[in-house]
Amino acid sequence: MIDDCFVKSLLEEHPFLELKHQEDCLTLLCPSEDIIAFCTNLRDERTFDLLVDLTAIDHGEKSQDRFSVVSHFYSLIHKDYLRVHYFCSDTENPEVPSLSEVFPAANWHEREVFDMFGISFTNHPNLKRILMWDDYPYFPLRKDFPLAGIEVPLPAPDVSEVTQAGVEAAPMMGGPFVSSSGGRMSQTEPRAKDESWTEGSTKPL
Amino acid sequence: MSKTTKEVQIGDVAAQASTHLQGERMALNVGPSHPTTHGVLRLMMELDGDLITACEPVVGYLHRGDEKIAENMTYNQFVPYTDRLDYLAPLANNVAYAITVENLTGLEVPDRCRAIRVLVCEMARISSHLLGMGVFGMDAGAWTPFMYTFTEREKLYTLFEELTGARFTTSYTRIGGVARDIPEGWLSKVEKFCDQLPRAINEVEKLLTRNRIFLDRTEGIGVISKEDAIAFGITGPNLRASGVDLDLRKDKPYLGYEQYDFDVPIGTKGDCYDRYLVRIEEVRQSIKIIKQVIASFPGGLWYAEDARKIFAPPKDKIMSSMEELIQNFMIVTEGPQVPPGETYFEAENPKGALGFYLVSKGGGVPYRLKIRAPSFCNLSILEKLVPGHMLSDITVILGSLDFVMGECDR
Repeated sequence: MIDDCFVKSLLEEHPFLELKHQEDCLTLLCPSEDIIAFCTNLRDERTFDLLVDLTAIDHGEKSQDRFSVVSHFYSLIHKDYLRVHYFCSDTENPEVPSLSEVFPAANWHEREVFDMFGISFTNHPNLKRILMWDDYPYFPLRKDFPLAGIEVPLPAPDVSEVTQAGVEAAPMMGGPFVSSSGGRMSQTEPRAKDESWTEGSTKPL
Repeated sequence: MSKTTKEVQIGDVAAQASTHLQGERMALNVGPSHPTTHGVLRLMMELDGDLITACEPVVGYLHRGDEKIAENMTYNQFVPYTDRLDYLAPLANNVAYAITVENLTGLEVPDRCRAIRVLVCEMARISSHLLGMGVFGMDAGAWTPFMYTFTEREKLYTLFEELTGARFTTSYTRIGGVARDIPEGWLSKVEKFCDQLPRAINEVEKLLTRNRIFLDRTEGIGVISKEDAIAFGITGPNLRASGVDLDLRKDKPYLGYEQYDFDVPIGTKGDCYDRYLVRIEEVRQSIKIIKQVIASFPGGLWYAEDARKIFAPPKDKIMSSMEELIQNFMIVTEGPQVPPGETYFEAENPKGALGFYLVSKGGGVPYRLKIRAPSFCNLSILEKLVPGHMLSDITVILGSLDFVMGECDR
């Protein structure tokens, strides 16, 4: 387990860190320009050498810093996790330094974050989509992307030329019951939502 | 030592001959639909004769957007989706997800519930490893062990069916408990299964462990060093085969794993053969755990009383008691009220550490749920691991990594 002594020396060595209170593990907020140096120190001096997870959060279009990246580290010596948040500077073209030089494990995680949120990682060796296909135009895990999806051209242009087919949005009519967080009760309760009207007519108002 | 002119000349000729023979590199696609890839993994490879010089794994063919779906579901509604992650061990996924939400809500589940969960987790591990070993043998050319392991797996599925009502997609846990108590006489059936399982495992071992062909194909192939395994975030049996002693059941015990006595098998070389040995031993250890759980099976409730207030009031009271009726109405319309915060939980699943990172801003649905899939991380090493091997080693390497694409692509 991480003790107070460890936290104290960590904060003394890295004065730019901000401690966030969370129940489950030590949570730190780090400025994105210092993240590489800090993570190298974590790996080499602090035994947190296993990057278990790296992901991002979209805090909503209206918030000032829209995207933040979250990494989880595990130490085989302390037998504990450590969480680091770092925010992306720009909302339009979010960008943070890549950790894949320090932790090869970050390579695929960062590609996934790029794929799902459109956050680019500077100095990433192979930054391209991983789960969606290369030409996919949207970032599905952003909060403004609808659950049903958006119609896009087929990944294979030669096939779509002949068949005139595209990738359609998922039919939500009468479909799975979904809820949304926040807002009035009538909007948040679980219900079948008709985000896409796929029965040959436009969506009724 | 200086060489004579003649020797140098001979060397030159040999070098020229070999470059001449090397010729052009060939590009080869394996997958996305190929028996070796156990699902829909695609490997883009560059071959020099039979030798692989470069490999790029392509994943995502089974992407369903589980994380997006989770943001639009109440907490209990998402349980069936967790079945479809690692669909070879759905029970273990259910449990890992339930614990994550319970950690955020601060729920304590009773002892009986924890014992049931340990029991189903270990049974899921056995079922997943049985498939992993059987298919691995088949990938290396041994068909018979597969029949033995599948016979045993079939018996397990019959037990799952009796417990959960489904053989494959179990959806057994609820937040704060499990769906229903264990059926009468079920424990003795599990015990009987555990008593006869070692015999089947021994048969598989007799067929594979000292099999000359199997050894030739797996020993020294696909070696993952300790340092690489940690750097690439590999977890589970694959990490332990490389000699790293990390088992979350021991190191960060959850569900009361600390009460049970079991060993963690560790490999020495980190090759395909070690990964097979680790899995075989883990099955034996799981049997040991199951027997201990059954021997000390606690009584009491199989769900936390508090969980019913937050997530679902008891069904029989909804129609007869005013308070429960109001509660049910509020839970259905507003969703369960989970406090704001964030939590990360990893469970030692058969494939590796399955992690859930849950961010709540209050209200009925998660704000963000990230699924840390062990297969996704385990496959990321392929780019480094595969080059330098022969094409025929691909089947063995993929078989030994024991991944599931449903979990990798989410």
